[in-house]
Parts: sequence; C-alpha cells; structure tokens
Amino acid sequence: MSRPAHRRPEYRKINKDLFVLTYGALVAQLCKDYEKDEDVNKYLDKMGYGIGTRLVEDFLARSCVRRCHSYSEIIDIIAQVAFKMYLGITPSVTCNNSGRSEFSLILDKNPLVEFVEELPAGRSSLCYCNLLCGIIRGALEMVHLAADVTFLQDRLKGDSVTEIGITFLKKLDEKKYRRKK
Amino acid sequence: MADAVLFEFLHTEMVAELWARDPDPGPGGQKMNLSVLEGMGFRVGQALGERLPREMLAFREELDVLKFLCKDLWVAVFQKQMDSLRTNHQGTYVLQDNSFPLLIRMASGLQYLEEAPKFLAFTCGLLRGTLSTLGVKSLVTASVAALPTCKFQVVIQKS
Repeated sequence: MSRPAHRRPEYRKINKDLFVLTYGALVAQLCKDYEKDEDVNKYLDKMGYGIGTRLVEDFLARSCVRRCHSYSEIIDIIAQVAFKMYLGITPSVTCNNSGRSEFSLILDKNPLVEFVEELPAGRSSLCYCNLLCGIIRGALEMVHLAADVTFLQDRLKGDSVTEIGITFLKKLDEKKYRRKK
Repeated sequence: MADAVLFEFLHTEMVAELWARDPDPGPGGQKMNLSVLEGMGFRVGQALGERLPREMLAFREELDVLKFLCKDLWVAVFQKQMDSLRTNHQGTYVLQDNSFPLLIRMASGLQYLEEAPKFLAFTCGLLRGTLSTLGVKSLVTASVAALPTCKFQVVIQKS
C-alpha cells in the first residue's frame, strides 16, 4: 500500500510552505496597518501568545514528555521536541546565568524566514519572527510558568545568529507541580 | 516539518485578530475585513502555485485544473480531498467539502453560521490565487448551509 496521500514529500513541502507563506502575508498586512515597528512586534507577540496557549495542548497530546523538574529540562524539551515537531529544526541551548533561570535558543536555521532575504525598507526594528516569542510565552504560561521571551539577536537585523532569550520569572514550585499531576 | 496544525492555529488567530480591531464593524467594515483575509489568501495561493512541481501541472483542459484543486491542492493543504465537484460545463464549478478542517473546530450545525464566512475568506483567496498562477482568472465565493460542510463556488472569468 502506498503512503497516505498527504504524507507524500511534495505535499508535506506544500504544507510547510503554506504556514511560512501565510505568516509572511500576515507580517506584510500588519506592516500596512501599523506604522511603528513596535506595534507590529507587539501584535505578533500577542497573536503568538494566543496560539501558544492552544498549541501546548496539541504538543502534550502528541509527545510523551515526562514531567520536568527544572527549567533546563523544560528548555531542552522546547528546543529538541517542540521545535523539531512543529518547525523541523533543533535550536541549540545555552544557559545564561548561574541561577539557571535564563536561557537562550540559538536558531541556526529558521524556516519562518525561508522566503525573506531582508527586512522591508524602513522596518529595521521589526522582529519578523516575534510570533515565536509569543508562542513560547503562551505555552509556558499554560503550564504555570511565567517567562519573558524576546529576540536577543536576529540574523535579519545583521546579527550573526538568531537568538531567542527565555527568562523564567517565578521560581518553579516543585511541591505545587507534583500535586497537580 | 511544520505541522498542519500550525497553519490552522495561525489562521484562527488571524481571523480573531482582524476582527478584534473593530469588534462591531457594521456591514461596510465587515466586508473590509473579509477582503483583507481574501487578499492574503490570494497572495499565498499565488506563491503556492509557483512552488508546485511542474510535472503536477500538465493540464489538458479547465476541468483538469479544478480536479487538481480538489485532489492534489486540497490534500496538500488540508490533508483530505474535496468531497465533491460539480460543474455546469460553462465555467461555473461548485466544490463541496463536507468536513472543512477550518470549520471543524466550531460546533457543527447552525450555531455559528454567522461566523463561518470569516473562516472561509482566506481559503477563497487561496483558491483564486492558485488558479491565477495556473493561468485561470476566477471569482471564488463560499457558502455554508450547516457547519462543517461548505461549498466553494468558482466562476471562471473569460478575459
């Protein structure tokens, strides 16, 4: 029996392109509607947040992740399982502080910018992929973790890498987490 | 690879976002939002059309193009085929999807009938855009009698 139709490679590519192209159209539309880069960034983050709060359920249903006992375990799962599952990439992880609550995801490849060579003219502060920050923030909040998520570096702005910084804001309450099953 | 669900979530968020800016747009305002979504779908459809492998695109006649949309494009985009295709053989085609994925998450039946057009506008544009890249000028509208079944009407524009 041949594979189900929608799993054929040419269809999967179209499907992946669909998300990336739609995202591009969205950013273009927001740039038309808002003059200031900060406003576009803010809306991308807000939309990402909405997506993240629902995506996390989808993620937990598809993956068999075990309960995490530390922020670094959570970051590893985001980088190695979630990013892989939804975007087909595995960012590398660094920890930025001794308290192990500040981390960075370094994106070597970024499918969201596959069709973007450079930021539009006059949009030098645009965080093109800000949706991703919102998604991560929204998903974490659904599992009762507050975090600041921002782009620390962006290849589209001329930096050498694209780096997402995740700073956990509240101490993970282990006892509360265990009880929640 | 980017899961289909990412597109679905993004689409839902886009519909919510474009409406949230003007929660009570009134009849003129609503059209503006629908046409914005349709326009975005059109650009994406054009770009998708350009990326389709050339071998897929050897069409002998107009009906073949529509069949392609119903089978290959729909499977690639929505992981299922269109459920039926009808035509009057005079340039009008009705494509029916009995369980359209972008409507599935809403309750079935008549409850959210008013909301349904917002969830169809982007896809109408997508169809129109893909057809455009394939050399076919068209007008695409959609109608819903009861969720999640919907019909896309494609009217070919002869230049």
